[in-house]
Amino acid sequence: MKIIVVGNGMVGYKFCEKLVSKTTYKKENFEVTVFGEEIRPAYDRVHLSEYFLNQDARSLELADQNWYAENGIDLRLGELIKKIDIHNKTVESHKSEIYTFDKLIIATGSYPFVPVIDGVDKKGIFVYRTIEDLDQMISFSEKIKAKGKNKAVVIGGGLLGLEAAKAVKDLGLETHIVEFAPVLMARQLDARGGDILKSKIEDLGIVVHTSKNTKCFAGEQDVEKMHFTDGSELDVDMVVISAGIKARDEVASAAGLELGPRGGVLVDEKMQTSHPDIYAIGEVANFLGFTYGLVAPGYEMAEVVVAQLYGENKSMLESPDMSTKLKLLGVDVASFGDAIDIHHEHTPIIFENRHEKIYKRVNISADGTKLMGGILVGDAAEYNMLLQIYKNGMPLPKNPEDLILGSRNGDGGHNDVSALPDTAVICSCENVNKGKICCVITDDGLDTYKAISKQTKAGTGCGGCKPMVQNILESELKKMGRVVKNTICEHFQYTRAELYDIVKIKGITDYDEALNTIGMGHGCESCKPVLASIFASLFMETANKQPAIQDSNDRFLANIQRNGTYSVVPRIPGGEITPEKLIVIGEVAKEYNLYTKITGGQRIDLFGAQLNDLPAIWEKLIIAGFESGHAYGKALRTVKSCVGSTWCRFGMNDSVSLAVKIENRYKGLRAPHKLKGGVSGCIRECAEARGKDFGIIAVEGGLNLYVCGNGGADPKHAILLASGLDEETCIKYLDRFLMFYIQTAGPLIRTAPWLEKMEGGIEYLKSVVVDDTLGIGAELESQMEKLVSDYACEWKEAIENDSIRKRYKHFVNSEDRDENIVFVPLREMKMPEPWK
Amino acid sequence: MQNVLDNYESVMEEQVTYWYPCGYVDDFPENAGACVKYKHAQIAVFYFARMGKWYACQNLCPHKVEMVLSRGMIGDATGIAKVACPMHKHNFSLEDGACLTAELPAIATYPVRVENQQVFVGFNF
Ligand SMILES: Cc1cc2nc3c(=O)[nH]c(=O)nc-3n(C[C@H](O)[C@H](O)[C@H](O)COP(=O)(O)OP(=O)(O)OC[C@H]3O[C@@H](n4cnc5c(N)ncnc54)[C@H](O)[C@@H]3O)c2cc1C
Ligand code: SF4
Ligand code: SF4
Repeated sequence: MKIIVVGNGMVGYKFCEKLVSKTTYKKENFEVTVFGEEIRPAYDRVHLSEYFLNQDARSLELADQNWYAENGIDLRLGELIKKIDIHNKTVESHKSEIYTFDKLIIATGSYPFVPVIDGVDKKGIFVYRTIEDLDQMISFSEKIKAKGKNKAVVIGGGLLGLEAAKAVKDLGLETHIVEFAPVLMARQLDARGGDILKSKIEDLGIVVHTSKNTKCFAGEQDVEKMHFTDGSELDVDMVVISAGIKARDEVASAAGLELGPRGGVLVDEKMQTSHPDIYAIGEVANFLGFTYGLVAPGYEMAEVVVAQLYGENKSMLESPDMSTKLKLLGVDVASFGDAIDIHHEHTPIIFENRHEKIYKRVNISADGTKLMGGILVGDAAEYNMLLQIYKNGMPLPKNPEDLILGSRNGDGGHNDVSALPDTAVICSCENVNKGKICCVITDDGLDTYKAISKQTKAGTGCGGCKPMVQNILESELKKMGRVVKNTICEHFQYTRAELYDIVKIKGITDYDEALNTIGMGHGCESCKPVLASIFASLFMETANKQPAIQDSNDRFLANIQRNGTYSVVPRIPGGEITPEKLIVIGEVAKEYNLYTKITGGQRIDLFGAQLNDLPAIWEKLIIAGFESGHAYGKALRTVKSCVGSTWCRFGMNDSVSLAVKIENRYKGLRAPHKLKGGVSGCIRECAEARGKDFGIIAVEGGLNLYVCGNGGADPKHAILLASGLDEETCIKYLDRFLMFYIQTAGPLIRTAPWLEKMEGGIEYLKSVVVDDTLGIGAELESQMEKLVSDYACEWKEAIENDSIRKRYKHFVNSEDRDENIVFVPLREMKMPEPWK
Repeated sequence: MQNVLDNYESVMEEQVTYWYPCGYVDDFPENAGACVKYKHAQIAVFYFARMGKWYACQNLCPHKVEMVLSRGMIGDATGIAKVACPMHKHNFSLEDGACLTAELPAIATYPVRVENQQVFVGFNF
């Protein structure tokens, strides 16, 4: 059978994959030719934005070119089909070559829709669909940045527009979103949800303009200005249009195939077009009156067509599911089912918290028995479960508000995956149901997410179902009587929290003893630092006592940098430093020719120190009164402060003094991961304390204590633990909180994900820390007190001890330095030679 | 860049033409590594005190081509002695030099001998 596929996009590829993965597939039976207009084989458009991070097109590839050849598929890239002759059953390429087919699959996807606006052809206006689009955006943005310009506008505040906006923002441009509708994501969200989303997007530093209709683009060659119909205008240097998509049905249409009223090639439930030998799948297909801009329906269509070709009976059952979850970093948004309920047929239950910027809505059927749809903004943790309840028509809990508020009597009933039927589709991208996942766990004995995902393909699409697959795995293993544990590594079959308790109870004091009594083998880079951290938390021992089990940075008390040299970071508590000390830092940097930079934590980092020089550098710093800043360790880093009431006219308290006090209290404290703190003198929050593991903000009537925030790749605002505190109580709660975290968190888990995984969440944490429901408050405090009083500066120890100083030779058998280290100039300083 | 890597080739015990005395047992940290200079080569020497075993390999990590492996943490993976690079934690077997965590070129390994508290690394150059 001669098969021609027009379009090598996500769905066109999926068709090929499903075709050849049938056990009865034989190369001899099918002669498959695929035409792709783009120059590279099909790639993962869903994760297109990741291209901005690494510009690695290969990593997005769904299969490399060899895969097609190995499976007997003739892939013709860079070839556009310009004509289909449905009577003679041929297609014609842009090179005017003619090919015949027995069956034709049209998978041409969509175009980005570009509205007709005056000046839309100016330079600097882009769409967001292909790798080439991104390449052009990147090079244009570099061009304008070089000219000192940086203002970008994304037109369209839908799902794709928001993603494009984030990407543009990551390019380092000042980003605006212009949306015609009064709300963002108008198709998925109601006005209140859209409003909260807007303010969350604005928190990312993106400016949002809603209810704005673009009249024209002005500018000489490059776009320079946008005019709106309400008379307002906006200066711009670059524009990305993301105003929706339009099916690429032009070739099909010219061939005489029937189209849907609003475009798209009309298909029946077998994906057959008006010609029985021609199928259309993916975004180009119009099924039940609509086209679908998501991969999951396209994949299902591909499967239906493959079934037809094998003579099986399979069809699209119902209208495809358009539930969506935005995969933007840092902003949770999801909607499913009948989310907006325009016809007011259902009963909404709404939870709105403007303070934390959370909006949740579920629509319950009029008879109160079924979940019909919903919206989640700011916290979409329940999305997967709600989607399942909705799709499977599962019964609702007695109080349907528990769906979004969580059960308040502790039975967590509706969140239990074991209640799901086997038919529940867990991975909609790959159409994998719960039964199939359970089967590979119970019958094939798979017991890791990775293995399950490899075998069933669940989670290999958008990845959104990963948490659910993990939950199913845990629940199935539990049923089989197997305990699921996040054990540290092959040498210790315990979790970090268990190890902490065992080491404490058995009174184990060194690593070898731990291996011999409760472990096996000879250890590794996973378990050694975990035990080092536990010993430090129990006995406040510095990294000098058992150097061989320290992470290599702790072993040398410095952070290794790109060329094998080290950075030096003296502690500057609260960011407060005298001119005398500043001068010493300057002198040391000058003497050893170090690159100096102010860090985000309000201290000074000296880069490029060679191993041999570290002790001498630190000796000078310590004589001047500095101590180790522990910048190399999973330990307390800094407590950042604003200038506070001593100088600031808004200040409600002396935030610097408090920050200095707290940083000095917890300095040297080792933990499962690094710890950062902040203190702001008033709600203006200049210290960004809520971006830290613990943050204190002075308010009228006392101090507010926030916990479990972080910056980084997945930023989280710290959450209020207690408010209106006096200083003593605040420190008491901090002691308890930190000690509780140190004892119970997994290795390399920061406070935010630790809290996220905690059953009962912040309410539970409050009950432990504030209400002391476990009755461990006093114990936690006294442990902390002991750690605080046993603190010693480990760099001071190191420079005073000759055998430790010996560690800092590059060669054991020679006084030579490492001659391979090469620096190149960087402005007035230096940097390591770039990696090749 | 590449030619620095070319300086290092594994030496089997039977190929050794010179046993270089690089120090005494006391000069080396227990259960960790240290770097030895031999001609222009940098060799990482590891003392697995728990097993009473010694290993040596190039100090150069093949991933980013930096002289760092001697500063990595050591241990075992299912019984195979290994070192984890301090830069990105790639693991290399100290038995045969193979990378255990990624598709990186193998590192060169060298035999080590200890006699009367003196440590020798075997070379053929
Ligand atoms: C930035 C971005 C983010 C997205 N995020 C999500 C998401 O989170 N979740 C989700 O479900 N979906 C998402 N999508 C949508 C998803 O990528 C599409 O639904 C999917 O790619 C559709 O597959 P397709 O094969 O129908 O079309 P495409 O992937 O567009 O493939 C069509 C291919 O056919 C080629 N072609 C067209 N005409 C011809 C011709 N005449 N001859 C030869 N070749 C031709 C095109 O060049 C193209 O390569 C996103 C899309 C983008 C752009
Ligand atoms: S947070 Fe308040 S007190 Fe602190 S510097 Fe800012 S305005 Fe002043
Ligand atoms: S030196 Fe690098 S940079 Fe290195 S493995 Fe090692 S991991 Fe990497």
